[in-house]
Amino acid sequence: MSRQITNILLVGVGGQGILLASEVLSEAAMLAGFDVKKSEIHGMSQRGGSVVSHVRYGTEVFSPIVPEGEGDILFGFELMETCRSLPLIKPGGIVVANDLQISPPSVLMGQEAYPADLVMRIQDHFPDFILVDGQKIAQGAGNVRAANTVLLGAVSRRLAIAEDFWMKALEKMVPPKALEVNKAAFKIGREL
Amino acid sequence: MREILSGNEAIARGAFEAGCLVACAYPGTPSTEILENTISYKEIDSSWAPNEKVALEVAIGASFGGGRALCTMKHVGVNVAADPLFTLAYTGVRGGLVLVVADDPEMHSSQNEQDSRNYARFAKVPMLEPADSQECKDFTRLAFELSEQYDTPVMLRSCTRISHGKSIVELGERVTGLPEPRLEKNPAKLVMLPGNARVRHPLVEKSLLELSEAGSAMPLNRLELRDPSIGIITSGVCYQYVREVLPEASTLKLGMVHPLPQSLIRDFASRVDKLYVVEELDPFIEQQVRAMGIVATGKEIISLCGEMTPGRLRNAFGLPQPVATSPGKLPGRPPNMCPGCPHRGVFFALNQLKAYVTGDIGCYTLGFMPPLSAMDTCVCMGASIGMATGVTKVVSDEEKKKVVAVIGDSTFLHTGINGLMDMVYNNSPATVVILDNSITAMTGRQDNPATGFTLMDDPAHAVNIPLLCKALGVKNIRIINPLDLEETKRVIAEEMERSETSVVITNKPCVLIKREDVFLKGPVYAVDTEACTGCRACLKIGCPAIEWRPAADGSKKGKAWIDPLLCTGCDVCRQLCKFDAIGSEK
Repeated sequence: MSRQITNILLVGVGGQGILLASEVLSEAAMLAGFDVKKSEIHGMSQRGGSVVSHVRYGTEVFSPIVPEGEGDILFGFELMETCRSLPLIKPGGIVVANDLQISPPSVLMGQEAYPADLVMRIQDHFPDFILVDGQKIAQGAGNVRAANTVLLGAVSRRLAIAEDFWMKALEKMVPPKALEVNKAAFKIGREL
Repeated sequence: MREILSGNEAIARGAFEAGCLVACAYPGTPSTEILENTISYKEIDSSWAPNEKVALEVAIGASFGGGRALCTMKHVGVNVAADPLFTLAYTGVRGGLVLVVADDPEMHSSQNEQDSRNYARFAKVPMLEPADSQECKDFTRLAFELSEQYDTPVMLRSCTRISHGKSIVELGERVTGLPEPRLEKNPAKLVMLPGNARVRHPLVEKSLLELSEAGSAMPLNRLELRDPSIGIITSGVCYQYVREVLPEASTLKLGMVHPLPQSLIRDFASRVDKLYVVEELDPFIEQQVRAMGIVATGKEIISLCGEMTPGRLRNAFGLPQPVATSPGKLPGRPPNMCPGCPHRGVFFALNQLKAYVTGDIGCYTLGFMPPLSAMDTCVCMGASIGMATGVTKVVSDEEKKKVVAVIGDSTFLHTGINGLMDMVYNNSPATVVILDNSITAMTGRQDNPATGFTLMDDPAHAVNIPLLCKALGVKNIRIINPLDLEETKRVIAEEMERSETSVVITNKPCVLIKREDVFLKGPVYAVDTEACTGCRACLKIGCPAIEWRPAADGSKKGKAWIDPLLCTGCDVCRQLCKFDAIGSEK
């Protein structure tokens, strides 16, 4: 099989802006000349539930979802959701996550604790796990809302898509008034 | 030009390119975004209908007037639209008519996973099934052409992974030179009285036969010969999984799943050693292939339930699975009502009143979840009211008082009105709570006939729900502020006591409505940690903005905390606090 496919999963909590991040990624991959497919679930899950967005690019992509256990990169916007999606990633895959905890209902209500050992659990299986303080870095770039873009920048360095295509994708997908902040956040992330 | 489009965006584009003039729908996941995209083409008159039956009837009218018309819905919507659909198959069309149905295998956002292909066969309507966004666009165009060529509505079946999946699409131009729509009388074709219908039915059977034969030569049914030892008949998104997992297998990819191209199937079967059918849900293709006397394997190895995935297909064919990393035990993350959602207080009150709640379809179905835990039934759109009537027919007088139907504004207008008419007509003592949040929220904030705006964002008459209830004969109509817990509980309790039909209508909008003057965020609230005793009363409403923070010393004591980024200032938690520990920061 000569099909070279890159499988990326973007995971987090409904309302975190995961869909926009996966749109930018897909657009950049298309501009770089790849075939691209992307898949996620809308509806119920957007009311604060878990969200998993699949992006696949390469010479010719068939399945719109990443086959179980074949993910190359897990791109987590929230720690617990990053951990939850580990079964989708292949051994030796890359995990990049935002150092952010969002409590699910059972934790909010004090019925159970937010697991304290998530970073260790991830590191156990993926020693090269990259944890990014997206909020703090984005604040430095001018807007805490650009945290996703910092992460996108961090992920971008590990993908075979030139910076120019990322910038063009950001120009297409991000509203003009937020563009400069997002470009700056992306560049900081790319240096991480 | 190439663009990355979702299946839904591509269907809208296909309708535009096909010269479609009218698009009509009721929102339903995963079909909703089709109409939200047809509005970007000014040539198409796009509108929300109150329900799928009306949507299809509007499309039928547009077709009979001579224009090409698109109607879209989720799988269960076809149940509502089935009545016109079955007879439309007999009348046929003037302008091409395409009915898009988006199935939801795995029930990501649905109450069942019915397989719409059965409707195509049942209603005797051709059905196309695209496998990616490019095909969504191309097949939509083709469906309009086939509709006119064979004088029949054509169904286009999508599913969650196709509608909400994105892939690259080569765009085309809009066709020109279609006949101008104008009135043209043709009662023998369009008035389905028995005498006329008896003439039409044989024509339907004849054209399906012709289409089955023509289908064997159509490029949308594609024979791909590779390794002849395994041959797989498949369609739609399953084709992609087959190519992913069994790249060397020969495939017959069906773009038209009804009627099946029988001679092509026979040809394919004769060229491969072992024949499989890979399809989600029902053995729709498999049973017909077997009825042709062809031996095929399908549902012995593939589940009747849920959606296909590459991993499930690997299992079915006994292929090795990659090693999966275990994340260990994690708390679940179910969906929840938004902070400030006006439904929360109503369900809190219903829980306290120990009501038996017949529920309905919408965000408020989440009222079933703990800690609100105040929904006892949920079946289909509009069912809450009829179910409440039925329950009160059989239980004791004391239990009758416990029965409350809960339904949203959009769902009430969809199919709840008839239920309420019946409730009054047959004198049920149940109480109906209409959760009027001025939007169709669950599918993503669509307008409806009571919001005052159309899909195209033009101002429109807004149905007056209290007056409508009055016209149906409801004598007891109360309007409440659902963010006032005392009033909400008291009024619902009073109406539950009453021995005749009553309706309680809430009057606060969805927090997600984007129009500036509708949802007004109040000042953010905070917990006074001195006054908070850690009694946890505020946690009983399950607001995502309120978090229990254990004490630093690890003891059982802790305090509530309100996330200022999430709080909308709805005031509900303040009303639950007996120690005045919650207040606005202003």
